[in-house]
Amino acid sequence: MNRRRILTVARTDLRQLRQSPDFWVPMMILAGFFFVVAPAVLLSLITAAETSPAIQRVATAVDVLPSAARAAVEGKTSDAAGQTSYALAVYLFAPLAVIVPMTISTAVGANTLVGEKERGTGEFLAHSPASDRELYLGKLIASLVPGYLTTMVGFGVYSLIVNLIVGPRVGGWFFPTSEWWVLMVWVVPPFLALTLSVVLRLSARVKSSAAAQQASGLVTLPLIMVSYAQSSGFIFGTTASGIGIGLLVWVAAAVGLARGARAVTRPRLLGIDGRL
Amino acid sequence: MSPPGAPASLPLTGMPADDVVRLDGVRRTFGDVVALDGLSLRVAPGTVTVLLGPNGAGKTTAVRMITGALPPEHGTVAVFGLDPTVDGENVRRRCGVVSARSALYDRLSGYDNLRYSAELYGLGPSAPIEASAARFGIDAALSLRVGGYSTGMKTRLALARAVLHDPDLLLLDEPTSGLDPESSHAVLRLIDEMAADGKTVVMCTHLLLEAEGLADQVVMLEAGRDLVSGSPEELVARYWPHPTVAVDAENREALDAAAGAPGVLGYERNGAGAVVTVDDLSRVPDLVAGLVAVGARLRRVTPHEPTLEELYFAVRRRSADVGEEP
Repeated sequence: MNRRRILTVARTDLRQLRQSPDFWVPMMILAGFFFVVAPAVLLSLITAAETSPAIQRVATAVDVLPSAARAAVEGKTSDAAGQTSYALAVYLFAPLAVIVPMTISTAVGANTLVGEKERGTGEFLAHSPASDRELYLGKLIASLVPGYLTTMVGFGVYSLIVNLIVGPRVGGWFFPTSEWWVLMVWVVPPFLALTLSVVLRLSARVKSSAAAQQASGLVTLPLIMVSYAQSSGFIFGTTASGIGIGLLVWVAAAVGLARGARAVTRPRLLGIDGRL
Repeated sequence: MSPPGAPASLPLTGMPADDVVRLDGVRRTFGDVVALDGLSLRVAPGTVTVLLGPNGAGKTTAVRMITGALPPEHGTVAVFGLDPTVDGENVRRRCGVVSARSALYDRLSGYDNLRYSAELYGLGPSAPIEASAARFGIDAALSLRVGGYSTGMKTRLALARAVLHDPDLLLLDEPTSGLDPESSHAVLRLIDEMAADGKTVVMCTHLLLEAEGLADQVVMLEAGRDLVSGSPEELVARYWPHPTVAVDAENREALDAAAGAPGVLGYERNGAGAVVTVDDLSRVPDLVAGLVAVGARLRRVTPHEPTLEELYFAVRRRSADVGEEP
């Protein structure tokens, strides 16, 4: 296997993505809303209007947190607005860090192989010296990078926002917590890889980008829900449980990727799958 | 040019090393459709082979078999003595392909398209991108997005990409479809240059005029089978074993007298006068004298070289006759 060729395929796909504002502008808006606008607006309202009855009602949400999480919140500050905004910053918005990149990577991955068929460029790749495995890995990297980049950049911006808005109420910068680090570095990547292993297989089999989007939405939605649930549960749990969850998902991703690699074949790049 | 590292495996047992391409009894179906039905093909090094046939004859599938992009269901394929389904990388590194669709990335610039190919073929930073583009007169547009190119520009860029790595075997699949005369000329010039450099060319087409004068070997396909193959001269000799003469006169009806002249085996009027088949060219002076004697005001008497088009239709006509082998 030629590593340089894999990177060439990935780099070229990413270059095309960069040249496609019709794709990345909506994705930027999506990420901006979940990582910047929603938390900034909500947390600013809560910290600025602490005596409002509505805020008081939101504050009761802290009571439904698991005891360990509730203790962490109550240990930070005694005022209701501070506790509420801390809880929202750490526990409510956290799982979004999984949903947004998965949505972006799924959108990229769904088009990556079927797009080659549709444009006729699959013919070029099929006649090129790159092996099926190299093409698959290149496409996988090209789909993973936008999602993970979004995670890291979104995470960084989000940290800045919550620390600036909520930090003064809870005694200084508090974010990211150790659980968040594990989530970003250890849990999100395998979830992305697992989802893409399914999406790329679909993309290799279907006849059009529209079909790929529909099919991948259908298949990956449950995966996104699972990752959301696992991430939420992990955030409420311990660092060790996060590492355990991550390990399991890495194994599942490895199996999924190995199976997915077999789905990329030259006949499929040519739009032939046993039929004309 | 043989690329570094190729070939990795030994030639297939029993395969003569001198055939660049060898297909034996290759069959490939797509569902109920038979794309190739026992096709056999030999392509000698340094030759130009033209695959002729109507749409759906199996030409594109044959090209895909040669590079290993599609495996055969039955039969064997050997290219440079290697099995492309096993040694695909080594075979494809030595092939340049121009597909019927230009297969370019519209969102990328011309330069980036060539760069992508250069990197996949392992050419490194010294890849002759500008030189290759200049060869086809597309260098001035390299910085532009391919999506804005005309059909002719795209084909010329596809040609530049196909020869970027100096392939030993060039495969052209309907390369001039929908092209303006200038771009068509660029394709035909490339074939000439490749042949002059001792490279091997396989071109699929259903446009007979473009194949005229290029082919060392003509293979006519129909329904995935090779109806007939050989050099144009061999095929002409097979289908027109006797010499023919094209004659024309101001009073064309007078030409009909040629039908009964001594040594005339066939006579056919057409829009440009008549074509007369004689048993020997030495009959022509007497034929001319006879026509003049009956009052024909002759304008032209020339030896008739059957065109590839005439050959094509002759083969197709004969193949359509029930029970008759072409």
